[in-house]
Amino acid sequence: MDIFEHLALGFSVALTWHNLAYAFIGCLLGTLIGILPGLGPTATIAILLPGTFALDPTSALIMLAGIYYGAAYGGSTTSILVNLPGEISSVVTVLDGYQMARKGRAGPALTAAAVGSFVAGCFGTVVIAAFAGPLTELAFKFGPAEYFSLIVLGLLGSIVLASGSIVKALGMIVLGLLLGMMGTDINSGVQRYSFGIPQMADGIDFVVIAMGLFGYGEIISNLSQPDVRRDVFKVRLANLYPSRTDWRRMTPAIGRGTLIGAFLGILPGGGAVLSSFAAYTAEKKIRLEPGEERFGEGNIRGVAAPESANNSGSQTAFIPLLTLGLPPNSVMALMVGAMIMHNIQPGPQVMTSNPELFWGLIASMWIGNAILVVLNLPLVGLWVKLLTLPYRWLFPAIVLFCALGAYSLSNSTWDVWMLGWFGIIGYVFIRLGLEPAPLLLALILGPMMEENLRRALLLSRGDWSVLVTRPISASLLLVALALLVALVLPSLRKKRAEAFVEE
Amino acid sequence: MHIKSQKDFFSGLLFIVLAAGFGWGALGYRLGTSAHMGPGYFPLLCSILLALIGLILCIRAIALRQPDEPIGRWRWWPVLHVVLANVLFGILLGGWPALGIPAFGLLFATFVLIVVAARAGHEFRWREALILATALTAGSWLVFVWGLGMPFLTWPPFLGT
Repeated sequence: MDIFEHLALGFSVALTWHNLAYAFIGCLLGTLIGILPGLGPTATIAILLPGTFALDPTSALIMLAGIYYGAAYGGSTTSILVNLPGEISSVVTVLDGYQMARKGRAGPALTAAAVGSFVAGCFGTVVIAAFAGPLTELAFKFGPAEYFSLIVLGLLGSIVLASGSIVKALGMIVLGLLLGMMGTDINSGVQRYSFGIPQMADGIDFVVIAMGLFGYGEIISNLSQPDVRRDVFKVRLANLYPSRTDWRRMTPAIGRGTLIGAFLGILPGGGAVLSSFAAYTAEKKIRLEPGEERFGEGNIRGVAAPESANNSGSQTAFIPLLTLGLPPNSVMALMVGAMIMHNIQPGPQVMTSNPELFWGLIASMWIGNAILVVLNLPLVGLWVKLLTLPYRWLFPAIVLFCALGAYSLSNSTWDVWMLGWFGIIGYVFIRLGLEPAPLLLALILGPMMEENLRRALLLSRGDWSVLVTRPISASLLLVALALLVALVLPSLRKKRAEAFVEE
Repeated sequence: MHIKSQKDFFSGLLFIVLAAGFGWGALGYRLGTSAHMGPGYFPLLCSILLALIGLILCIRAIALRQPDEPIGRWRWWPVLHVVLANVLFGILLGGWPALGIPAFGLLFATFVLIVVAARAGHEFRWREALILATALTAGSWLVFVWGLGMPFLTWPPFLGT
């Protein structure tokens, strides 16, 4: 089968009425929560995850994917209109987007973001469709040693985006691995760290940990800071359209952003954040036309490029997940968790064992991007209204959704108690400057990592050198090492610090 | 000895304590050999690694040249109220048989959660909180019980229907 047949199958799945409806609901919820302040995409997905358990796996993943890019999209609206990035991947959009809004050009900025995201999303989808096949072939050549090294690389890659100290992020990874060990060991049947409590036989539900650390943690941390007054700009539908000059400037920027994003998104840990930073930096390097606004003063390219990049990056971030079963970031880690809950073991076999899920999800991404444009530009007035809702009305509702979601996981109050504990732990983490994202990723990957290490060492009769004597495994570890060295090098550290200062 | 970076020092300490806990637990399971890893092997490995990372953080926090920003004041008010709201929700929804507390069901649980959680914020107005609680209680009943048909206990059984 070639790409077109695959995509045809995908569209036949994604275009059924009920999958379309779930994609729509996902995009709507994602945008809604992405726009509301104080909840990032990880928290959003964690909170809404229990609501998808009743669906069939394909619809559930389609809806979750919709929530994911909806949330990413909603984040750009808030960066342009209120100078508040909804999430890190739209941090750079704030720089020029908000300046454009201040100059009364919020409409063109929003349109540039929307068009850029749509083009990038379409391109990202095509890239996934084209690369999924060959990469899956490659994945079948992977033995346990290669998988282990790949997981090491993925985990180290996630640190690139942790904004604090590298050593702390490493610690969070290892802590996440340990938390992932809790529950029944699949190999020996021994219950590890369950303290004889029956509810702990399967460890602590990752949804509870994610909701506690991200949902409650973020609420508590927001409430411990003084209120920020938000000025929201009014946007009318009539002045949404960019001028001819705007189009001429933003079109190539969208193209460059899309390509940069698509490439960086595939890299472990890369994803949406790195791509938007890289795209913005690239635009800044290109000489300004006469009469063009400078960067940081409302240049439309400074909105179009990073927004395209983060969207194509967040699309191609699905590639490692779909082909290797490896989540490159914490949002994807939650998607893996969702797949496992639906009894689908993520990995290269998904493409052959569940082709309708695999290609249906890919096709739905394209549809989702189209839905987002339709949903966002005409309805921008409504979203702006939402922005003016005071936080004191919002956060009790978020607490409610977390608590309800935790209870509904297994209809037991046990998960509600655990949620409370992880809320407290989340606050402690925030105060100590410890980032929860690497922990969440490691939590999901922990059991996979242990199992692959166990198999690799079993095959090599206990010889650890198998990790460096097999060429693919050795090169993966080498890349991981290079990444670690690069992170510790002073020059890159400075760059990384600068990038995060802009938050 | 002077701690230059409180955040790093206490993070390191936290890691060491947790590593000790997990490591002690791992020693209780069969370790096995590298060719036949027992259930304790990988956790022990991770615990050692975590303890090392914690140690590095602590040493660095003391040896650092410039003092870092301190942890600052802990604000327990929001933590307490969010967690209290969460706990009360659990107790009201499922009851606590050991303490003789019966289940009150979803409506009461939701209402109490919203009012208590609202108190975590900077401003609290009774009128607003009560309206919000009523609206969200009605909303969650509509969505979860009526709409999605989730099997929640809605009304306390001891009050009758």
